[in-house]
Amino acid sequence: MAEAHEMTPAAGQGAIALAEVERFLVEEAALLDEWRLEEWLELVAEDGRYLVPSLDSPDSDHRTALFLIADDRRNLASRVRQLLGKTAWSENPRSRTRRLVTNVRILGSDGDAVKATANFAVWRFQHGDTDVYVGRYIHLLVRGPQGLLFRERRTVMDMEALRPHGKLSFIL
Amino acid sequence: MDSSADLILDDRARGVFRVNRRAFTDPEILEKERREVFDKCWLYAGHESELAGPGAFFTRQVGGRPVIVARGADDRIRGFLNTCPHRGNIVCREGHGTARTFTCFYHAWSFNTAGELVGLPGAESYTAAFDRSAMGLRQVPKLENYRGMIFISYDSGICSLPDYLGEAQEYLDYMIDFGGAEVEIAQGAQAYSMKANWKLLVENSIDGYHAMSTHNRYFRQYLPDIGMDAAGWSGPKRIMGIGAALGNGHSMVQAPQRPTPLRGSAKAELEQIRANLVDKFGPDRAHRIADYTRNLFIFPNLILISLWHTVRTFYPVAPDYMEINAWALLPKNDSPELRQKRYENFISFLGPAGFGTPDDVTGLEGCQRGFATQQEFPWSDISRGMGEAAPTTTDELQMRAFWRRWNALMEGRSGPTDCRDRPEQSVAAE
Repeated sequence: MAEAHEMTPAAGQGAIALAEVERFLVEEAALLDEWRLEEWLELVAEDGRYLVPSLDSPDSDHRTALFLIADDRRNLASRVRQLLGKTAWSENPRSRTRRLVTNVRILGSDGDAVKATANFAVWRFQHGDTDVYVGRYIHLLVRGPQGLLFRERRTVMDMEALRPHGKLSFIL
Repeated sequence: MDSSADLILDDRARGVFRVNRRAFTDPEILEKERREVFDKCWLYAGHESELAGPGAFFTRQVGGRPVIVARGADDRIRGFLNTCPHRGNIVCREGHGTARTFTCFYHAWSFNTAGELVGLPGAESYTAAFDRSAMGLRQVPKLENYRGMIFISYDSGICSLPDYLGEAQEYLDYMIDFGGAEVEIAQGAQAYSMKANWKLLVENSIDGYHAMSTHNRYFRQYLPDIGMDAAGWSGPKRIMGIGAALGNGHSMVQAPQRPTPLRGSAKAELEQIRANLVDKFGPDRAHRIADYTRNLFIFPNLILISLWHTVRTFYPVAPDYMEINAWALLPKNDSPELRQKRYENFISFLGPAGFGTPDDVTGLEGCQRGFATQQEFPWSDISRGMGEAAPTTTDELQMRAFWRRWNALMEGRSGPTDCRDRPEQSVAAE
């Protein structure tokens, strides 16, 4: 992706192409499924956020509504550290996950960022239970020195409630 | 044999308290709980702030029934069973909104926000015996509003809500008054579940003993990661609190304020609020409101947690499965900055994706799976601190209080229950 460095982020949609976004999201999903969370964290910009709205308020703003997750980079780094530690009991032993990320579209640009969306279905297996998390991503992506980065990684689930899932203890 | 006989071993003299694990697994016990506990108590249905103006409504399951809670054109709040008096269909199928009428789509019967039948297609085909005035939406037997908190009961003979709350009322007031302003349910509800018996969440919600083991990662990883000193929470300098029985099954754990992400990030705002509380309530009451944290349990299934200003309620669907709803109850006049910090503080620990709750879900689901061994291992032990004159948050008096009331209701003893270990126990002076 070295040749991409010459592209002008301010050029908007044209600067970050669909194929590049698709490749990025597929690589990201692989890092998460393989629990390579420290490498994954490097995909989040220093000012990046990981947001998961409450299921009854998918379009809400984390500053004015109660979310399930509204991590800034510091919280997210702690989340990763906890998940890789020994006492995040809900993920020790770890879940098996398998992510399908599809229907990638570029929605537009927001300053130097591209707004992209994708659908996901994530299967999760643990303690004999099978849970499926379904929804869409709405990401703000910017170009970093090594490739794309998340400025905002928004996971919007379609389920009406986390039932019977009960929890969202891995990174979705 | 009565399915609920001998489920509790309560020997105050010897300090033995055990619960038979059948209480968590037996479908007959759940059926009896529906009749003897949930149908004979006050149940939290929602908050006045969810009903913004005339015609505003919300629908949800309360005590196993679908209900509509609506503010009428006359501004009165009413609770209705959400079933058509004609043939049963769910009348209102939206979670919340504003309506002039509720129309059942099945045969298009419609009802105003006072529940009266106002639209009846083909009315001329009914006989004189058809009493239109009796065909309105059926109100729940009892509904009371305590300072914005709406409770309903399916027992038409139940005592008033303030009488029911008893000693717990004072602590409920603190949960409402902490911001010195009117409170509201914030946007964003947490709707989740556990594959566990509902009573395990009662215990867990007032269990100070599990905090440092189950929630090790919150105190030993998360708080240090955000630059906080967790010494007030664990180790030799930890600040201890009390566990208390508040009568009729209500109970709480209470401790002096300890450092939290919120107190770290919003120090100045919180100090200003505390000063306002002194002006409003005087220094003693302001001290009791602002300088302690509490998990307050209102029997049988309502928890208020002051650290995160949480209202949480839950119902059994099956002996090994419950549905949980949680909300944030916050002051209306918070600055946007403080409001955002309160949200961040709440979800740092609580909710299905926080750094606390998922481990509780896993733990309680593990208890439920462990109960498959009950033929060989029938009893759970809840005796911790039973010999203490003043039990702490890490003792289990507050859970025994729940179980004593539960047991009394299951045995048909609906009068007052002494939920204490010893007669002299009362909430320690603050």
